[in-house]
Amino acid sequence: MTNGREQADDIDVAPGDEHLEGGVAQRVLGYLAGLALAILLTATSFYVAGTDLVWQPSIPVALVVLAIAQMGVHLVFFLHITTGPDNTNNVLALAFGVLIVMLLMVGSLWIMANLNHNMMPMDQIMQMQR
Amino acid sequence: MLGKLSWSAIPFDQPIPMIASGVVALAILAILAWVVVRGHLPYLWREWITSVDHKRIGVMYTLLAMVMLLRGFADAIMMRLQQSLAFQGQGFLPPEHYNQIFSAHGTIMIFFVAMPFMIGLMNFVVPLQLGVRDVAFPTLNSVGFWLTCTGALLVNISLVVGEFARTGWLPYPPLSELAYSPGVGVDYYLWSLEIAGVGTLVAGINLVTTVLKVRTKGMSYLRMPMFCWTTLATNLLIVAAFPILTATLAMLLLDRYLGFHFFTNEAGGNVMMFMNLIWAWGHPEVYILVLPAFGIFSEVISTFSGKPLFGYRSMVAATMAICILSFMVWLHHFFTMGAGADVNAIFGIATMIIAVPTGVKVFNWLFTMYGGKVRFQTPLLWSIGFMVTFIIGGMTGVLMAVPPVAFVLHNSLFLVAHFHNVIIGGVLFGAFAGYTYWFPKAFGFKLHEGLGRAAFWCWLVGFYVAFMPLYVLGLLGMTRRMQHYDVPQWHPWLIVAACGAGLIFCGIMLQIAQLVVSIRQREKLRDETGDPWDGRSLEWATASPPLAFNFAILPDVSGGDAYWALKYRDTEPSKSDEKPDYEAIEIPRNSATGFVCAFFATLMGFALIWHIWWLVAAGAVGAFATFVVFAWRDHVEDIIPADEVARIDLGNQARRRAVLGAGAAAR
Amino acid sequence: MSAVTFTSAQGDAQALRGLDGGGGSGSSRGWGGPAPKRIVTGYGFWIFILSDMIMFAAFFATYAVLLGQTAGGPSGHDLFNLRNVAIETALLLASSFTCGLASIAADVRNKIWFQVAMAVTCALGLGFLAIEGREFADLVARGAGPTRSAFLSAFFTLVGCHGLHVSAGILWLLTMMAQVFAKGFREDIQRRILCFALFWHALDIIWIAVFTVVYLLGSAK
Repeated sequence: MTNGREQADDIDVAPGDEHLEGGVAQRVLGYLAGLALAILLTATSFYVAGTDLVWQPSIPVALVVLAIAQMGVHLVFFLHITTGPDNTNNVLALAFGVLIVMLLMVGSLWIMANLNHNMMPMDQIMQMQR
Repeated sequence: MLGKLSWSAIPFDQPIPMIASGVVALAILAILAWVVVRGHLPYLWREWITSVDHKRIGVMYTLLAMVMLLRGFADAIMMRLQQSLAFQGQGFLPPEHYNQIFSAHGTIMIFFVAMPFMIGLMNFVVPLQLGVRDVAFPTLNSVGFWLTCTGALLVNISLVVGEFARTGWLPYPPLSELAYSPGVGVDYYLWSLEIAGVGTLVAGINLVTTVLKVRTKGMSYLRMPMFCWTTLATNLLIVAAFPILTATLAMLLLDRYLGFHFFTNEAGGNVMMFMNLIWAWGHPEVYILVLPAFGIFSEVISTFSGKPLFGYRSMVAATMAICILSFMVWLHHFFTMGAGADVNAIFGIATMIIAVPTGVKVFNWLFTMYGGKVRFQTPLLWSIGFMVTFIIGGMTGVLMAVPPVAFVLHNSLFLVAHFHNVIIGGVLFGAFAGYTYWFPKAFGFKLHEGLGRAAFWCWLVGFYVAFMPLYVLGLLGMTRRMQHYDVPQWHPWLIVAACGAGLIFCGIMLQIAQLVVSIRQREKLRDETGDPWDGRSLEWATASPPLAFNFAILPDVSGGDAYWALKYRDTEPSKSDEKPDYEAIEIPRNSATGFVCAFFATLMGFALIWHIWWLVAAGAVGAFATFVVFAWRDHVEDIIPADEVARIDLGNQARRRAVLGAGAAAR
Repeated sequence: MSAVTFTSAQGDAQALRGLDGGGGSGSSRGWGGPAPKRIVTGYGFWIFILSDMIMFAAFFATYAVLLGQTAGGPSGHDLFNLRNVAIETALLLASSFTCGLASIAADVRNKIWFQVAMAVTCALGLGFLAIEGREFADLVARGAGPTRSAFLSAFFTLVGCHGLHVSAGILWLLTMMAQVFAKGFREDIQRRILCFALFWHALDIIWIAVFTVVYLLGSAK
């Protein structure tokens, strides 16, 4: 591919590299497809956030789902992350990172919510009781 | 012009820092003078300071750790002395000094002793065990080391220019906020760790990539030595946890420097968020410290028992389980902060679960020794000492994992005894075992065995005498970090603890003596074969010290314990007649990038601490320029031609055969 | 014995893999030796990006925790201008696309297209920074600077950290343009372009999280 080595099927691929099957045109089309999808999803996000046509309580969930979809588009079309065996290490590393991010965010939010509730300053407790 | 810096920053009126820094300054000047006068400077620059060789960098990391151990231990002696004297009195250290001492002690021991020691050993050993020539990113390796040195340097400068933090080794707000710590102490701490943290992160990226992508032919994952698995787990943790530290300390810096309100008492800041985040880093950190030690013990125990490691796959599973689980227990460091019973229970249970894989490991080590031909040499002594000591420490940890118990014992000396138990018994004993085990590989001669054993016994007995009383004191109600007290019950125990510290001091002196004597007797202790311990993994297949390129030909591995198979299979004459196919070898060129980068980082750190803004800008420009200069290099590697490689390797092999042959004939 | 001649670091895969051929363990899916440099470099940078994501996660977690702590001051709803955010998003997304074009150009070693694509990426990135900088200055002028409340501290830090990364990325971008101009598509420069592309795309991924969580969710309340 990019450094002129013979392509063996069982080597890993560097993250961000893609297997060069077609020519330049095909690769550009890949990026264009990604761009189009991303634009679509982003526009939907902005629309959903501002409109009244959607059941209001579902908006946060919808936005998160759309965000994940957009990240997926980036990963697949721009970063060429696939599920092939040559991408296993890349996907595993990504999965590890995502796991830690989730643990940190969910854990922190859960812990802090509990702490904030239990350790509420006295003046706020009294305000609540009024 | 010089920001907040002025002559008043130097504590001329305090004898202890003045004498200490005077002695250190004299020592540094003397060493520098000797180096320059004897003409060693070009050698040092060429072979060590600008080296990108993992073996050299590993040795330098370890040297940094051992020097900083002396500084951290000096702090410890002062603390023990103070506490044994300060019964119904003020001792000899006023509170504002005592607080800096225990803060510096913890910071130095964790960040500049334990971490560099482990990273140094991993750096030195892992490429050799994987059968390759260097880590994935050699120049980056050098950058990481020198940035760690920058951090250590800044902390030590605080002794004589300014002050250090008084907050303990983790700077909890609001005490660490500007309102309550207006001096430069906390800034020294923060910038030192931000810079050293970059160094550590870089080492983490390097070692993860090396273990996953840079292994010799045939070395699949399940054929790697156990130390490489623990290196992988450790460095995955480094890569995952250190960004949290960077972010959290950055937020505290923003509060202090720019008046943000992350952790302030006013404008909505949330102090508890600091504790949450810092321990989300802090818990993985302790596993970062101990996992390499576990790996070292696996190597040492199997080598000195003459048996392959028992239960290799379960060890791998246990290691990776510890890696993941270590991110699920961090709340146990602040059970008492008020998250409530539900949250406490979940994290308490998780903490108990994480003890299980460690138990699996201990049993595997025991079963490795069982039925083996055990040789009780110094590295194995450290390993046995570790097993007993670490188990006690681990048990007290599981005890405190029960939230109601934590409410009684949190921040008491029981806690202090627990973490010293596991860190000294686990990390430090592992470091010493690894140091003794791999010293001959690094320098070509063994360490003196008798002095090694004496040092071990002083350390072991000294540790128990110093820290078992602390368990009792914790149960008697003594809190940590006390500058003085008036409870008569506590006094005798603290005196005993001080005696224990004295015993450890003897152990350290013996270790220094061991090094000096071993260097003096190095011809007698010479390791001729490269395999002084009858080892099992590939590092023992190289010369001692290894050639610059480690292996003339990367070995082709077909099973675990790769060297053992090579060693005992290679007696067939047909194998040794084969003419190996030598190829030219690329060696990455030395580079001053790491050193120069760290120089600018030191300037920037110091300038940020003292608010010398023009110097910050200059340092930043310099650092960026260094990076650009490095990127502009055309000549990045040197080539050793194939026939040169052949000549060196064949000569080595002949020498080795002669020694082995002479040894066999003598038997 | 293969006569491998090197001029500078060409990163020839075969040599770096050590001995080739033979060896029973070098069978079909066996580990064939150290990976080629491009993979090693790319993977190492991938790990770095993951560590950066975790750092952002810490800032995100802090932002989420401090969301309501406006200390009597303005909240996101009062401050955010979604039109600007939409423009910023469009600019960054487009820049990701042009960065991809630059990657393709580098692969086929077309200097002109590479420099053009990188220049456009730079312009789009600078546009993003300009709008964000103006937004920040505007907020500070209205008394809603980072020192006003914990919420604003968290906002400025999270979004500002992203902006700092974009700025660093632009510095890197310009350096890469200079390198290709001066030295052409050498192997090590190709590896750096790969890393740069990874970085730039990752920044857009973070921005997706930022504009969704901070701006869209923040304005909806």
